[in-house]
Amino acid sequence: MKPMELARAEPGPAFTVTLDGRQLDALPGQTVAAALWAAGVTSWRSTRGEGRPRGIFCGIGVCFDCLITVNDRPNQRACLIPLRPGDAIRTQEGTGHEH
Amino acid sequence: MSTDPTRSHAPGPPHLAIIGAGPAGLAAALAAAGEGVRVTVVDAARAPGGQFYRQPAAGLGARRPGALHHQWRTWRRLRDGLRRQIDAGHVTHLPDHHVWCVERRPEGGGIDGGPARLTVHALLGPGQETPAEVRADAVLLATGGYEKVLPFPGWTLPGVVSAGGAQAMLKGGLVVSGRTAVVAGTGPLLLPVATGLAAAGVTVAALVESTGPRALARRAGALAGRADKLAEGAGYAVELLRRRVRTLVRHTVVEAHGADRLEAVTVAALDAEGRVRPGSERRIPCDTLAVGHGMLPHTDLAETLGCRVESPGQRVWVDGEQRTDVPGVWAAGETTGIGGAALSLAEGHIAGRSAAARLRGWVPDPGTWAGAAESRAELRRFFEALDTVYVPPAHWTEQVRDDTVVCRCEEVTAGAVREAVGELGAGDVRTVKLLTRAGMGWCQGRMCGPAVAGIAGCEQAVARRPFAQPVPLGVLARTGEVRTGEVRTGEVRTGESEQDDDDR
Ligand SMILES: Cc1cc2nc3c(=O)[nH]c(=O)nc-3n(C[C@H](O)[C@H](O)[C@H](O)COP(=O)(O)OP(=O)(O)OC[C@H]3O[C@@H](n4cnc5c(N)ncnc54)[C@H](O)[C@@H]3O)c2cc1C
Ligand code: FES
Repeated sequence: MKPMELARAEPGPAFTVTLDGRQLDALPGQTVAAALWAAGVTSWRSTRGEGRPRGIFCGIGVCFDCLITVNDRPNQRACLIPLRPGDAIRTQEGTGHEH
Repeated sequence: MSTDPTRSHAPGPPHLAIIGAGPAGLAAALAAAGEGVRVTVVDAARAPGGQFYRQPAAGLGARRPGALHHQWRTWRRLRDGLRRQIDAGHVTHLPDHHVWCVERRPEGGGIDGGPARLTVHALLGPGQETPAEVRADAVLLATGGYEKVLPFPGWTLPGVVSAGGAQAMLKGGLVVSGRTAVVAGTGPLLLPVATGLAAAGVTVAALVESTGPRALARRAGALAGRADKLAEGAGYAVELLRRRVRTLVRHTVVEAHGADRLEAVTVAALDAEGRVRPGSERRIPCDTLAVGHGMLPHTDLAETLGCRVESPGQRVWVDGEQRTDVPGVWAAGETTGIGGAALSLAEGHIAGRSAAARLRGWVPDPGTWAGAAESRAELRRFFEALDTVYVPPAHWTEQVRDDTVVCRCEEVTAGAVREAVGELGAGDVRTVKLLTRAGMGWCQGRMCGPAVAGIAGCEQAVARRPFAQPVPLGVLARTGEVRTGEVRTGEVRTGESEQDDDDR
C-alpha cells in the first residue's frame, strides 16, 4: 500500500466490517469504496438491465455508479460513506430492493 | 429568543452563506469575514479543501498529506486563516452538509435592508436523510465542477475510472485500484493524475493525450502570459520523464478490454483530422484506466435559483464583482467556468469582498481587489486558450460502437441514441432523452449529457434539474412546514431538533 507510505499515514487501529458476510479490515476514516479498493475489490454492484459489474467511476458522488447496500440501506454511494466498526456491507443487485 | 420574521433587520452583522469549501469558497470566506461579515461555509465534504486540496480522512493519520499535492503552502495559509476566523466566531464551517436547493423569496427583503430571504436546504451526514437549513442575507455559490468523460467501448468496466476520481481516491482515501495504470483523454488534469499515481507506486504504463504539441504551439502567444502555469506544466513533464512514464500525444483510447474487470486498453494514433489512424492500434495491459476529457461546472444550484447559465461549457454568468444576475447571489470558482485552483482563489477573493461590501450597504471599490482582478483576467485568458487546444478528438463518436453504453445509469447504448435520431426523427437532446431514457437515471445526465449530445449531433441543452441531490420524499414533504417557523438570520436548523433554536 504505497500511498499510505507516501503520506506517512499512521492510521488508528483497523476494525472489522463484513462484505456479504465475509470479514474485511477497514481503517478509521476510510470510505466504503476505499476499504474495498484496499482489499482488492473493484466491483460491488450489478446493473439493473444487463447485470453488468460496476464500482467506482467518478469518485466524488456525482455518477452513482458505486451504489451499495450498507446496514440494509440500499443505494448508498460507496465513495462518500465512511465505515464504522461492525458495518455490514452487501453487494447490490439491480435496484437493491430485490432481496 | 424568537425573532419577529417581519422585522426589517436581524440583529448582528449581515450573514453570507457560502456553498463549497474549495479554493473559491475558502478564499471568499476569508475575504468576507475580514470585512466584518458573518460567514457560514456549507460543504458536502467532511473536511475543507474542495477537489484541489482534498485531504486524507483524519482517521488515517497522514503525517505528510502534502506529499500528494502541489501548492501546499497556499493550502496551509487558507487552512490557518479559516481556523482563526472560526475561533474568532466570524466563520462557521458546516461539513457533511449536502445542499440540494437554495430558495429565494424575492418579495421585500434581501441585501438592501430586509430580513434574510435566502434559505439553503441541505441534507446532513453520509446517509443524507436529515434535513438542515441555513438562512442568510446573501449566498455565494462555489460548488466547483466535475469531470467529463466521453464513452468508448468498455468504459463501464470496473477499473475504468475518471482521472479526477482516481485522484480523489488517492488524495482522500490513500488508495489506488490496481498496480498498472493508463492515464488517458485530454486536458491539464491528466498531468497531476499521472504523476500522482506514479508517486504512489503505481506503474503508469502510458499517458495518452489526444492533443498534440503543435496545437499548443499555435496558441503559444496566448499561453505565454502565465509563465507560472507553463512552468507548472513543465514541472509535470520533468516528473513524467523522471518516472519513465511513456507519453503518447495525438493518441486516444479506442477500447477497454476485460470480462468483469479491466485487463487492457487499446490505444491508437490520431491523424491531422482527429481520426484514428488505421493500423496504429496497440494494446497495453493494465488494471486501471484513469480517463477524462475536461471538466464541467456544477450549475444545478444556480439553475434552481434562476441564474443565467451561458456557453461555453454552460457556466454560471457573473459580472466583474462575481455577482450572478440574481440579486443576492454571487458565484466564484469553477462553477463560473473551468480554470483551476489559482483562478478559483482570485474569483473567490473578489466575490467575498464584493458580497461583504454590498451586504454592509456600500458600493465596493474594485481598486481594493486589483491584484486579484489582474490575476483573474490573465488566468481566464490562459484557460480560454487552453480550452481551444484541449478538445476531444474531432471524430470521437466514430469510436463509439452501436453496442457501447452511453448512459451508464440507464444502460442506454449509442445504437439506441442513433436510432432515436435517425429512425424516430429526434431533433434535440430532450426528445432523445424521452425516447431512450438516456439521462433519466440516478445521475440525471451529468455523466452522459455531453456524450448523448455528441452522438445525436445536437446542441447540449441546459439541464434544469429540479434538485442538486436526490432528496428523500419525507424531507420534501416537511420543507414547507419548517419554512413557516421563525426566521432568524444566520440560523442553522435541522429537522431532527426543531426546538433546538438557541444561539449557536
Ligand atoms: C475529482 C476531481 C479532482 C481534481 N483534482 C485536481 C488536482 O489534483 N489538481 C488540479 O490542479 N486540479 C484538480 N481538479 C480541478 C479542481 O476542480 C480545481 O482546480 C479547483 O479545485 C476548483 O476550485 P473550486 O473552489 O472552484 O471548486 P472545488 O475545489 O471543486 O470545491 C467545490 C466544493 O463544493 C462542494 N459542493 C459542490 N456541490 C455541493 C452541494 N450541492 N452541496 C454542498 N457542497 C457542495 C464540494 O464538496 C467541494 O468541496 C480536480 C477536479 C475534480 C472534479
Ligand atoms: S463513484 Fe461516482 S458516485 Fe461514487
